[in-house]
Amino acid sequence: MNAAILYALAGGGLFLLGLLGLLARSHLFWKVFGLNFMGSGIFLLLVAGAPRLPDGGADPVPQAMVLTGIVVAVSATAVALGMALRVMSRTGAPYLSESGGRPDSLEISEPEEAP
Amino acid sequence: MNAPELWTTVAIVGPLAAAVVSLGGGRRHILGGLALGALASCSAAVALVRIVFERGVVRHHMGGWGQPLGIELRVDGLSVVMLATTAVVGTAISFYATSYFGDAADPRVERSPAGRGARFFAPLWLFLWTALNGIYLSADLFNLYVTLEMLGLSSAALVTLAVSNKAVEAGMRYLLVSLTGSLLFLFGVALLYLGYGTLSLEGLGALEPSGTPAIWALAVMTVGLAAKTALFPLHAWLPPAHAAAPAPASALLSALVVKASFYVLARLWLHVYGVGMPGGALGRPALVVLGVLGGAAIIWGSLLALRQVSLKRLIAYSTVAQLGYLFIMFPLLPPVEGLGGGGGWSVPAFSGGIYHALSHALAKGAMFMAAGSMSYAVADDDIRAVSGVAHRLPMSFLAFGIGGLSLAGIPPSGGFVAKWLLLTAALESGRWLWAGVIVVGGLLTLAYVLLVARYALDVEREPASFRSVPRRMEWAALGLAVLAVILGLRAVEVLELLSVGGFAPWR
Amino acid sequence: MIEALGPAVVGWSELPLLVVLSSLVPGVIIMFLAEEQVRLRNSLNLLGAVLKVVLVGLMLLGVPLGAEYEWTLQVLPGFELSLVGDSLALLFVTLSAVLWLVTTVYAIGYLEDSPNRTRFFAFFSLCVTAATGLAMAGDLFTFVIFYEALTWTTYPLVVHRGTEKAVRAGRVYLIYTFTAGAFLILGAVSLHVVAGTVEFVSGGVVDPTAVATAPVRYTVVFLLLLAGFSVKAAFFPVHGWLPVAMVAPAPVSALLHAVAVVKAGAFGVIRLLHSVFGIEVAAELGMAQLVVGLAVFTIIYGSLRALGQDDLKRLLAFSTVSQLAYIALGVALMAPAAHVGGIVHLVHQGIMKITLFFCAGLLSETLEVKKVSQMAGVARRMPLTMLAFTIAALGMIGLPPVAGFLSKWYLGTGALAAGAPWVVAVLLASSLLNAAYFLPIVRTAWFDERDSEWIDRGRGPGGLEADWRLVLPALVTAAMALGAGLLGGLDLSPLGWARLIVQQGGL
Repeated sequence: MNAAILYALAGGGLFLLGLLGLLARSHLFWKVFGLNFMGSGIFLLLVAGAPRLPDGGADPVPQAMVLTGIVVAVSATAVALGMALRVMSRTGAPYLSESGGRPDSLEISEPEEAP
Repeated sequence: MNAPELWTTVAIVGPLAAAVVSLGGGRRHILGGLALGALASCSAAVALVRIVFERGVVRHHMGGWGQPLGIELRVDGLSVVMLATTAVVGTAISFYATSYFGDAADPRVERSPAGRGARFFAPLWLFLWTALNGIYLSADLFNLYVTLEMLGLSSAALVTLAVSNKAVEAGMRYLLVSLTGSLLFLFGVALLYLGYGTLSLEGLGALEPSGTPAIWALAVMTVGLAAKTALFPLHAWLPPAHAAAPAPASALLSALVVKASFYVLARLWLHVYGVGMPGGALGRPALVVLGVLGGAAIIWGSLLALRQVSLKRLIAYSTVAQLGYLFIMFPLLPPVEGLGGGGGWSVPAFSGGIYHALSHALAKGAMFMAAGSMSYAVADDDIRAVSGVAHRLPMSFLAFGIGGLSLAGIPPSGGFVAKWLLLTAALESGRWLWAGVIVVGGLLTLAYVLLVARYALDVEREPASFRSVPRRMEWAALGLAVLAVILGLRAVEVLELLSVGGFAPWR
Repeated sequence: MIEALGPAVVGWSELPLLVVLSSLVPGVIIMFLAEEQVRLRNSLNLLGAVLKVVLVGLMLLGVPLGAEYEWTLQVLPGFELSLVGDSLALLFVTLSAVLWLVTTVYAIGYLEDSPNRTRFFAFFSLCVTAATGLAMAGDLFTFVIFYEALTWTTYPLVVHRGTEKAVRAGRVYLIYTFTAGAFLILGAVSLHVVAGTVEFVSGGVVDPTAVATAPVRYTVVFLLLLAGFSVKAAFFPVHGWLPVAMVAPAPVSALLHAVAVVKAGAFGVIRLLHSVFGIEVAAELGMAQLVVGLAVFTIIYGSLRALGQDDLKRLLAFSTVSQLAYIALGVALMAPAAHVGGIVHLVHQGIMKITLFFCAGLLSETLEVKKVSQMAGVARRMPLTMLAFTIAALGMIGLPPVAGFLSKWYLGTGALAAGAPWVVAVLLASSLLNAAYFLPIVRTAWFDERDSEWIDRGRGPGGLEADWRLVLPALVTAAMALGAGLLGGLDLSPLGWARLIVQQGGL
């Protein structure tokens, strides 16, 4: 099997793994890691799957995308972690509370805290 | 002065520079930044509207680099209409925010609902504005990813400016959803590039994407964008986030941010893939799926809005319902035999859907600003408290009422024009069921709007405390509401503008 | 100088727009006034009302001279806001303008010292704007816009008092009217889709041959539109909101029952049968017969329900339900005389009913008399009021020389000419029923003895039985009712005008 295809599939697998982790884990840090895995998976897919140019070199566009993507991922991770820390400092636990997650119910709700 | 390149640059660089300026933190920096951002966006919008009217679709290859290496900006009727709406609503919200947050440099800024976070509103909002303008002008997939991500980060941060547990949790949840959505989008972009070798939307359209990998890419991207647009059933993050955010942030989240991901979705489905069109990918059933989810959103969102005790939550659920309305246009798009169109989709359906997006932006902006004025005055978000405050803030409640009537499609208003167009599209093509959904949706909207009106017109009660609201805030809300009415009296120009770029897939 | 200027002014084709603006502008300005600015508010109201009458008068002068009045504003491609001053429109608009002036004086007197007058008078003006707009609407699109606007402009008036009862009444009102509005907009769009046009044309705009080839579609369109108009026209079984809405203050009931809401519904039926479908086409489809049947049933039903009522305003409400159906009956029969009867009853019923409501308001404001059982001997204390009441009541029964007799006469002769003699029996039965509930009131007021003291709120200046601002309007409208009857033979009377309309094919 072509090495490139292997890496590309690995990238896809990493993406799915990350998605799974994001959905299954409730600890905020793990969720952020899941997102990171997803991002890395896509980058791997891009780099591995990049077509070859006629002269044998690699197509530079996916590599440019990956570089930009890494920068974006770093900033996003920073914001996410910062926000997670904020949640932890306010609620004392690195989890999102249940009521926030299931706000949809036909019962009459409470008013918001006074802003 | 007539070069599109200048104005597309101004539209993106202007708010970005303004954001940097406002990071300075002092009152002058903040006001200067907001003013600069508004000025840049509005002038670019006006200029680009004229350019598009005169010359049709214009493109700007940044730095002179063409595809596939360059970043291309493209302005057509749809882009410029969204850009202009963003400029108008954004300016009004900026105006509102300068009063809402009070003197941001004042260390005793505890009096402002957002507390110490007040001075971060301007930079975050201006980054958000940059991202919005970027999305509407972008014509390549990766640029869309970057700008969508930027949009998501600044939006989530804005939610957390309100210093409450609910806001921080809602913001976190929003961020997670947003990032997931962006990554799903990026995955799709990767698949598309690997499959077709181009990132340009127009280039992709010309290659007529269909076949399994392209469909998978579209599916993944759609899920991601649907999550960002809070389409049922991926909507649960929106009400807590929009309700908990400070009022100006709620306004721009509901009015502007959710429209951007919808725009990207529409571009992909319609212009690039041509879903449901003769010769396009998939078929009408895919459009019907979107329509059904939209219909479910209308019903679920409206029912839940009726159960809310918090005014801002009610408005947030209204956003969920109204976003559903936007998706109703999809099943109405494919032309019916005999009605021509020349390969294109139904003009009233498309125009109606987009017009609804525009009217909703104006109306929802007005409604959240009005609700914010009320909370500012009596520090209470409970609907039942409205009877104490409506008499003292007549302008705000007038703005709320007008906005609500526009959402329900009651004339004279932009919402009515949108409803008329959508109904024409539905009845023209014999799609009676959708006509019924549209009409019922309007009635459900009225139900929750009148829930609030009932309290506003009630016998006056004394509120526990009352703080007078700066005139500026009331005028901003009323101004947007009046614009929603004007949109209902004069739609010709906007619709003409929309038609630039054609109503057919890019082939 | 005046001779030179006169024709120019009378010939302004934009007069219809000015007529609408004459109440829109004061309405909007009043919204921003403070509660204490009584003088300014009253002046604006009166100025607007007088101006409207003057402008309408100019149009009345112009039409016989051949002036054509039309104002349009393009809203959507293919749809415009269109105001025309044709003879039928002028009939309704003159009624509205004159009665608005009279009701404004009455309302100023009635609501003295009550709260929220700013809100009241602002929406009061806006509601008349809507009524004027739909009177002069040149096509169904414009009509629908003003018709729906009429609903939300009258809602704050109905719930003005803010009590539990008022709020509940308001909710009922809105549920009925907005649901009907949904049918109306569906009908209007269907008409456009099926017939290709929504213009109002004398004799009907739909093509009879097209109708013959697709009768089902056209029938559906008719039914949708009829459903849309039925609620405001208070047909059985959707009349229920009207008696409930009696909780509103007397000036509101007067306006709603005489000029604005219910007449709009009846006017809509007239337009439907004559300007959209044409009476022959409607008869072909069996729809004219349907309207006749509905009308006849409503006439009897309304009168029967009125028999059992003790509350004066509720009794008058059921009387309105019954009387409005006369209009529909008249215009749905296939005889010009019946058409004349139906159209002129629009005016006559308006004048007579408003008189009755003015009197009801006088009784409740001055003596706290709200029920028939409390009215024994009241004529001794308030002779002028009861004089006006008696004149109007006699007109309702159909006794000469009050105007009501003329309408019934034409309806009767028209029914005979149309080959429906049984209708005459219905008219007679209805007159008997009217007598059965009105005559006892008249009798008890004039001839019975009162056994206890009145709860007297006091007399007006110079020993007048009540506030002159309440008494004068009642006397004026009673005189008008008498005059319209006595002088019915003149061309200038409402009857003369109605005959002109029908003869010249302006229907």
